[in-house]
Amino acid sequence: MARETGESGETKSAKVKKHKRRKSKKESKTRIVHANILYDHTKGGDNPNRHYANNKIKTTKYTLLSFLPKNLFEQFHRFANVYFVFIALLNFVPVVNAFQPELALAPVVFILSVTAIKDLWEDYRRHRSDKEINHMDCLVYCRTEKRYVEKYWKEVRVGDFIRLRCNELLPADVLLLSSSDPDRLCHIETATLDGETNLKQRQVVRSFYDLDCEFDPIKYNSVIECEKPNNDLNRFRGYIIHRSGRRDGLYKDNLLLRGCTIRNTEEAVGIVIYAGHETKAMLNNNGPRYKRSKLERQMNVDVFWCVIILLVMCLFSAIGHGLWMFQYGDKRPVFDVLSPEGTDLSPVVSAIYLFLTMIIVFQVLIPISLFVSIEIVKICQVYFIHQDMELYDEETDSHLQCRALNITEDLGQMQYIFSDKTGTLTENKMVFRRCTVAGVEYSHDANARRLAMYQEMDSEEEDCTSHGGTLPRRDSVISHQSGKVVLRSQSTKSHRRTGSRAEAKRASILSKHTAFSSPMEKDITPDPQLMDKVNECSSQMEFMRFHSQPLNQIPPDLCDVFDFFIALTICNTVVVSSPNQPRQKVRRYELKSPVKTIEDFIKRFTPSRLTSGSNSSSSSSLATNRSSSHKVGCSMLSSPSAESTLTKLHEEKRPEHDLQHAFSPVPPNFDKTKALAQDECELRYEAESPDEAALVYAARAYKCALVGRLPDQVTVELPHLGKLSFELLHTLGFDSTRKRMSVVVKHPLTEQITVYTKGADSVIMDLIRPATGATGIEDRLQDGVPETIASLRKAGLQIWVLTGDKQETAINIAYACKLLDPEEEIITLNAESQEACAALLENSLHYIQAKFLCNPRPDPQVARDYAGIHFSSPASSGHSSPFLVHRLGLVIDGRTLAYALDKSLEDKFLAVARSCRSVLCCRSTPLQKSMVVKLVRNKLKVMTLAIGDGANDVSMIQVADVGVGISGQEGMQAVMASDFALPRFRYLQKLLLVHGHWCYSRLANMILYFFYKNAMFVALIFWYQFYCGFSGSAMVDQWYLIFFNLMFSAFPQLITGTLDKDVSAETLQELPQLYMNGQNSEEYKPYMFWMNMIDAFYQSLICFFIPYFAYVDSDVDLFTWGTPITTLALFTILLHLGIETKTWTWMNWVSIGFSIALFFTVALCYNASCPTCFSPSNTYWTMQRLLGDPMFYLLCVVTPIAALLPRYFYRACQGTLFPNPVHVGRQLDTLPMDMRRIFLSQSQMKLGSLGSLFPPRAPFFPLCRPFQKDYRPRVKQTHMSSTKQKEKTISSPIPSKSMEMRDTPLSSKNSDNHITLNFRMQEKVQSCTQGADSTLSENLYFVKEPSSPITGTLPYTKDTPLSRTILESTGLEAPLSPTDLSQVGLLTSTPLLPQNETMQLTSPPRSCCLRQNLDDQDHSNQKSLLKQAEDVGHTQSTSCLQEHSHKTTFL
Amino acid sequence: MMASSYNAKDEDGHHPGSVGSGGPGAVKSKKPDNTAFKQQRLPAWQPILTAGTVLPAFFMIGLIFIPIGIGLLVTSNNIKEFEIDYTGVDMFSPCFNCSQNYSWNSTSACTCSVPFTLDQPFESNVFMYYGLSNFYQNHRRYVKSRDDSQLNGDKSSLLNPSKECEPYRTSDKKPIAPCGAIANSLFNDTLELFYIQPNGSRIAIDMVKTGIAWWTDKHVKFRNPGGNNNNLSHVFRETSKPVNWRKPVYELDPSDPDNNGFINEDFIVWMRTAALPTFRKLYRIIQKKKDNMTPTLPPGNYSLEVIYSILEKSA
Repeated sequence: MARETGESGETKSAKVKKHKRRKSKKESKTRIVHANILYDHTKGGDNPNRHYANNKIKTTKYTLLSFLPKNLFEQFHRFANVYFVFIALLNFVPVVNAFQPELALAPVVFILSVTAIKDLWEDYRRHRSDKEINHMDCLVYCRTEKRYVEKYWKEVRVGDFIRLRCNELLPADVLLLSSSDPDRLCHIETATLDGETNLKQRQVVRSFYDLDCEFDPIKYNSVIECEKPNNDLNRFRGYIIHRSGRRDGLYKDNLLLRGCTIRNTEEAVGIVIYAGHETKAMLNNNGPRYKRSKLERQMNVDVFWCVIILLVMCLFSAIGHGLWMFQYGDKRPVFDVLSPEGTDLSPVVSAIYLFLTMIIVFQVLIPISLFVSIEIVKICQVYFIHQDMELYDEETDSHLQCRALNITEDLGQMQYIFSDKTGTLTENKMVFRRCTVAGVEYSHDANARRLAMYQEMDSEEEDCTSHGGTLPRRDSVISHQSGKVVLRSQSTKSHRRTGSRAEAKRASILSKHTAFSSPMEKDITPDPQLMDKVNECSSQMEFMRFHSQPLNQIPPDLCDVFDFFIALTICNTVVVSSPNQPRQKVRRYELKSPVKTIEDFIKRFTPSRLTSGSNSSSSSSLATNRSSSHKVGCSMLSSPSAESTLTKLHEEKRPEHDLQHAFSPVPPNFDKTKALAQDECELRYEAESPDEAALVYAARAYKCALVGRLPDQVTVELPHLGKLSFELLHTLGFDSTRKRMSVVVKHPLTEQITVYTKGADSVIMDLIRPATGATGIEDRLQDGVPETIASLRKAGLQIWVLTGDKQETAINIAYACKLLDPEEEIITLNAESQEACAALLENSLHYIQAKFLCNPRPDPQVARDYAGIHFSSPASSGHSSPFLVHRLGLVIDGRTLAYALDKSLEDKFLAVARSCRSVLCCRSTPLQKSMVVKLVRNKLKVMTLAIGDGANDVSMIQVADVGVGISGQEGMQAVMASDFALPRFRYLQKLLLVHGHWCYSRLANMILYFFYKNAMFVALIFWYQFYCGFSGSAMVDQWYLIFFNLMFSAFPQLITGTLDKDVSAETLQELPQLYMNGQNSEEYKPYMFWMNMIDAFYQSLICFFIPYFAYVDSDVDLFTWGTPITTLALFTILLHLGIETKTWTWMNWVSIGFSIALFFTVALCYNASCPTCFSPSNTYWTMQRLLGDPMFYLLCVVTPIAALLPRYFYRACQGTLFPNPVHVGRQLDTLPMDMRRIFLSQSQMKLGSLGSLFPPRAPFFPLCRPFQKDYRPRVKQTHMSSTKQKEKTISSPIPSKSMEMRDTPLSSKNSDNHITLNFRMQEKVQSCTQGADSTLSENLYFVKEPSSPITGTLPYTKDTPLSRTILESTGLEAPLSPTDLSQVGLLTSTPLLPQNETMQLTSPPRSCCLRQNLDDQDHSNQKSLLKQAEDVGHTQSTSCLQEHSHKTTFL
Repeated sequence: MMASSYNAKDEDGHHPGSVGSGGPGAVKSKKPDNTAFKQQRLPAWQPILTAGTVLPAFFMIGLIFIPIGIGLLVTSNNIKEFEIDYTGVDMFSPCFNCSQNYSWNSTSACTCSVPFTLDQPFESNVFMYYGLSNFYQNHRRYVKSRDDSQLNGDKSSLLNPSKECEPYRTSDKKPIAPCGAIANSLFNDTLELFYIQPNGSRIAIDMVKTGIAWWTDKHVKFRNPGGNNNNLSHVFRETSKPVNWRKPVYELDPSDPDNNGFINEDFIVWMRTAALPTFRKLYRIIQKKKDNMTPTLPPGNYSLEVIYSILEKSA
């Protein structure tokens, strides 16, 4: 039926057009959607939805008819194509023409058709995928059949009702009207839109929320008015107007977007709002980006030079022709044929004609096939990068993606790397490490061992792969989907080896569906001590419950433990799902009446608040509230409601030893078989951030498992007690201003309203000194990050880390990943104002100059003799700046960065930053990140690479010359914006050092060769002009001339351009210094173009004059003389390529052989084919005769050798007398394997001691030594260098001072890379710098406090942005206003550790203005702020509450 | 792009029902193949150019070229060459008059004889060439100015020559056969060689005028229209002779029907345009004596009789 109306709609298109004008006026701002079923009988004529796009998508560019004109039109946007077509058309002008006009068209047509075929193929693929998508099925309501019928996606129209089942893809943007979910929710997975795999909840439109019966489309008669289609995924506004005139708001929470997948919801019904190309997903669909690489820019300059050379040659010929004509005067020779009209041409006119003719003849000089060849080679390069096994990550089953096809060679020329930290350098896998509860620290030794084992395993396998070669990494991660718990502590190497690879793969693939759930994150080995307490606590509680004793008899420390785990479990936004086939949401177990009114709410919560202050005498940390809670708890326990809660506690008990069974939920509604099946598998936690997941998994390890989460209820399964359902009164989500999240729950046992708060150390510690507990979560460095950074740095890359983290964290990580070196001085820039920042920069600049200029030890760019091989240093020509890079680190925070990026200061900032070896920007916003990249790129004129994994890195990735996305856990935005997507940071090493180097040197050499080749060939004809009166005649037959580039000489250079390896991958990785070759553009410098041109002209002279003298004054005819010259040129060109080819594989031999064979075959066939065709040149039987002529063979031997002698000689000299590092690398490659290894290991040792084989730009200053000396012991003191030591120190019950643990950079390779961040207890955070705050919650403190005024029942935090903006406007701006007073600057020129000397160059007094900062950690200020914020939250929540109550009354 | 991207995701197993149904074997890995080609590990020869490798190579090349050079030297020394310039620019040259009085319209041919003496005998076959200097037969417009199908005996081209022949395509409203500038400027001097015996009598030396063109030219490329019709004048009746010619194409060599018309070898040789402005073309072959006892051209006095008609003056 819909189909019919659709067709009729088409036939009435004229009518539609008429309507459209009227319509467009009416719906200028909004879109009005009616239900289609109301209009079915009118056959679409009156259907108000008929103007909206239907759901058929068409992403193809062309149709059959439009392909040719449209594609040609697009191709002619490229200037080169226009040029070649112009030349080909010029051939049709009789006075000018040089070749057979049809033949002259051939190359252009060939090039155009190759591109067209490529476009056609791409378009066909799009068409096929469109078709597939358009023909997917979905259920659409049909009025006549009164039921949902299956239809294709393309038949779905705006206004249709569609029914969606679990795991179905959404065909269009649908407004959710009904859901089988009792809470009227629908869960969707948006992985295809943003790559986030966690589930998101969508809500049924409010008016349909309360429908008791199933939604009946027939009864629907409302009208929807909403905004016009736009591409904002996070925004949807509109309202629905019911027949009664009532309006209800529509929000993005009501909209299901096309491309998402329905999860956890059996059935949902919605009405289509946007369809087809108007859906948000399609509007967000941008094509691939086009970037121009540096090499291509350079090449274009030389193409321009080629044009100049061409014009000069043409002009020369034209003048020569004019003079030649002039010398005959009036007496016209017989061979100067008159024009067809029989008129005589004056020398000037014929010179002008000749100029045009010469452009045609010399057109080959502009390499028509260069552009196509480059594209082909790049596609091949991309293919090989894709195929690289070492860039494949088995764990995630993903390999490198090249999203931009045309900047592969830029990878070889990078100079600056800007890296994000979290998720890029670190794994973004938050692993529970240890905790303290009520002041008691549980060290989790076993857990630490487990983590160490992962590390060990990694390093072991690394060894395996490096020595043995092909053992896949992580091949032995044991599957955890089977449901059987494998005790990690027992799984020794042998055990791990038994784990089959397929199993591991399956595990990784399955776990891919749930973010943050790798085995490492999930399996936490509980601390036995704490486990005992948990068991004790639960058994006591069980005991009390059976004997209906009040809960306050539990000892306080056990109660703390209990609270701690409750907090871990429920203070989050984790969604629970079961992995058993469709993601089935765990059913709710009971429905509790929500708090009805605000009065009720206040009534309930007032007592606890009143009592909260009274009993705060306890010595333990949670004393403040606990005693009160006990009181309230027991009083409430007697109330009937509490009783009912207790009775509803789940009775099931599970054997203690089987952890897994304890977690598996058995929903009461399920039948036995299903329950059994359910038993087999564990729950999945869909968390928004990795730390949340880590904590929930940690709690689960203590059998305190989160089993269900609903908007107003959280279900926790406790040992012995079974399932407990907490009524969720309100959730205050995590945001960067509050830096904590809180949940307000009603305790089911005590009926007490409790606030659990979780937040970063700085915030929580300021709020409430004693906390329930603290957790330490660790974000491990990714494998091989320090090594990668070290080798990238050796490669001459400057690495800047731009992170949003706080300063301490960032510096710690920087040390851990060897970005900062303990031997280095660190300049820390923290300024509070523009002026202070200016002064700081000025001072540090002076400092650097003073420090390093008084020791005028030059950069040791001295050529070194190493083991008999001469190295000439890669002269720092690439960095023409006078700035040297010192052993300095620069740390700058976001605020100072904002000042430094000001126009007035940016130059100074750059001057400071560029002289530092590493730069660390903390607390930087996404915008700042991109500004830094832009600044460096534009001002220093360097090639920049930005790498990141999150949405906050997108802007940086887009700005940089090459953007690299890490396809990590934080969604796909970064990947979508990037040019290359890597699974892991460490792959960057091979990508840059090996593939970048190869791509660059291959392409650079190929481009240079192209220029040479064309120039050499064209010059032959140019020399001939001296012997043909500059008449534009060519001794090379037109066929050879035109197809020489396209056919005869095309393949070998493509093979070489694709496969040639100047240095092997191993050597490139072991000698990162070779990368500087590309950085300094040493393969393709401007002079090389001219060198090649000169060589080309020389070679062509040889190739011209040897045959000339061989045949001079003989009876040789034009083509019998020209054909050998062509052959010689071909031989010379191929041999030239042979000299330039570094590695000869069979493919090189085959391609060269093929080229020669092709030439002779074509020549023989062509010369035998037709004695009368191919006018004007007729080469009938020429080649055949030549092959019988010994002279021909002699020429073929003598000429190429003579032509190539100089280049051969030059290359030999270069290799012997002044080899560059690449030559050394090549020579290393030729050594046998074992020799090479010895050699390289020696060189590595030398690298360690000397700085590098090729001296890096970082000089070694004697002045640094004192630092080193007194520094090193300290390092050893303060940092426990190995893990084991760490454990020991940690196990002391209460660490008194803030402990910063990290890997010392001095530790050996086998020590682990992970870092534990700032594990602090009961100690006011001592930030070494002011202004440091912490958003990232590495440390989470759990506070259980009596209900503070942040309460309210908001079942679903809707429109959080609104409340947030209010928070900002009230809470933030006031303290920030009078900043002009602050003139604070602190420059610490030390490594960050507190023991180190602090150099204060300028030390203006810390002005009081500091306090007025929000970021400041001033106590009172923070508190007052908090109050404000909370007040706002309160008002906000009350308003929401009213809305809520409104809803309930409606019911 | 987006459409295709999420299509790809679908294939990964998000289709309803496909999750969990595929066993571990069904999961297809994206792992690249470990082949030498894909991993860029093809076995390769890596020549490195250093003095150590280059010097022997140079030495080898030198050694190879020594015998080649010697061979070339010996061969070229065995060739005897005798050159006579009969342009007649010089006042005392026998052909001076001809070169001065020359005009296209003169009906009577100017003849001159150039005496010369051979000191050395010429053994074996002697090839007689005529040479022209600064005659740009390779001029672009000149080279094109011909019609190969006409020369190949195509009837329609005979009567309707190619446009390339302009302005030598038609004369007197009749198509020119052979058309074009190359044919029009045919070298039409006649050279005859006489041996002057010591007694003063002149003996004409036999010169073969066939076999001087490429076999393929004579038999494939050039053909008279009308096939084996010997009555060439009839075949060419509707055409006119090239402007500069004194006689039509079917009278180039009336004595030998196999050397007349388009397949006249002098004509064919001329039609093969020279590569360089100074060139020579084979004119006649003086075949060696059958008895093998006397040289083909014994030493002595000779006289070259030239029927001077032509165009070299114009060059």
